[in-house]
Amino acid sequence: MSTMSQDRPLGASITDAATGPFWAAAKEGVLKFRRCTACAKPNWYPRAVCPYCFGDTDWEASQGTGEIYSVSVTRRAGPIPYAIAYVRLDEGVTMLTNITDCDLDALKIGQRVKLVFKPTEDGNHLPMFTPV
Amino acid sequence: MTLRRKACIAGAYEHPTRKAPDKTVAQLHAECARGALADAGLTMADVDGYFCAGDAPGMGAVNMLDYLGLINVRYVDSTETGGSSYLLHVAHAAAAIAAGKCNVALITLAGRPRSEGSSGVAPRAVVPNVPDAPWESLYNPVTVNMYALVAARHMHQFGTTSEQLAWIKVAAAAHAQHNPHAMLRDPVTVQEVLDSPMISDPLHKLDCCVVSDGGGALVVTRPEIARSLKRPVINLLGAGEAVKGQLGGQVDLSWSAAALSGPKAFEEAGVKPTDIQYASIYDSFTITVLMQLEDLGFCEKGQGGKFVADGNLISGVGKLPFNTDGGGLCNNHPANRGGITKVIEAVRQLRGEAHAKVQVPNCTLALAQGIGGLLGSRHGSGTLILERA
Repeated sequence: MSTMSQDRPLGASITDAATGPFWAAAKEGVLKFRRCTACAKPNWYPRAVCPYCFGDTDWEASQGTGEIYSVSVTRRAGPIPYAIAYVRLDEGVTMLTNITDCDLDALKIGQRVKLVFKPTEDGNHLPMFTPV
Repeated sequence: MTLRRKACIAGAYEHPTRKAPDKTVAQLHAECARGALADAGLTMADVDGYFCAGDAPGMGAVNMLDYLGLINVRYVDSTETGGSSYLLHVAHAAAAIAAGKCNVALITLAGRPRSEGSSGVAPRAVVPNVPDAPWESLYNPVTVNMYALVAARHMHQFGTTSEQLAWIKVAAAAHAQHNPHAMLRDPVTVQEVLDSPMISDPLHKLDCCVVSDGGGALVVTRPEIARSLKRPVINLLGAGEAVKGQLGGQVDLSWSAAALSGPKAFEEAGVKPTDIQYASIYDSFTITVLMQLEDLGFCEKGQGGKFVADGNLISGVGKLPFNTDGGGLCNNHPANRGGITKVIEAVRQLRGEAHAKVQVPNCTLALAQGIGGLLGSRHGSGTLILERA
């Protein structure tokens, strides 16, 4: 069995005071996360105030590589099957995402993946991952 | 302050409807309130504490209190942790009673997701200013796949199988056949679960709970009041609550918030998992049950698959009878929130009022457990330990 991934129409991104620099970097092909300037721990999803020590945090660029922590192919939520996943970035945070541009039935936990971007309805670039 | 034996569940009522296109949600709340008070032998004038969750129509408890006509209420709580809210409400009611803030607390839940066309694969509504939404909503997390991620990880990490998860549905169905109100009353085999359509790997259609209209209500009172009534006295022995999220990006799907709420409840109650004769375990999906059984200490972490297999959750067959009403998997999941029915069936068991085919003999110690929200991202957990006096 194989189920080749198809691009889903993505809705408009949600933008707020926390997302501006993130979407700007994504348009340049960079995935950004935040790291605490006090305790040095990375956090995801990005928070301005550190969830470990309440210190201030700053943006940092990810290399865009990691591995699948968990993955599920959702087959009955709309016309197009898609893979929702947690990917653990090599920088040490785990993010909710989609795995795309691949055979969805062949995806496995522990698999190495790399960053790709897909356009949202409002012209932003949404980070997803594809097997290396 | 301990809550041990500081309050009693004096009234419990499950609405018999599973589809209510001609009733409003507020009306269903009122019918449940009436039913629970009648069960307890109390009146609306006796109610001085009121609890509902964030899904109740209106602003917190304000609109429902006005609709219901509860004018003597002096303690209000609309704690919201999804389907587990109602277990927290019981504990909060007991704390309020112990603190002298109220004497008779009413808890209500009602909803019409079946009539309104809800399902576990619809995108969840995006609420303004939810901090995680900009980072997650476009990946299309829906209810079922945020539980499926936990199941997939459990299988990878511990070797759990779809056959083992299916046994949870088989046990629920074995109980539901005796419940005339259950939405699904036919017995089910492991193979039928595996042959049902795959919704989100590895969860099949029959790994998922029903979508039903309906509701329920509970009455929690001071012990002296419970003892003055005609119903059996059901004491709250212990309670625990917890919330778990993504841990700042150190996501760990191997445990749930039940691993935090459970030990607190057992410690307060002064009992162990092996003492529990009957367990109501929230079954939004089969994996939800498996995770909670492990996290509450009914078996070791990772051994839930073996624990639930071969009918171990079936009353009269296995070691831990669970969800003898058929649970959310077969009986009822009113308002897409199963917490209150978990407490109601535990009360039936302790009163000796479960169906004769599923009644646990001389049931004096029971547990009710709920998980609300999304097991794979952010969820709340409530654990109650109850005894028949």
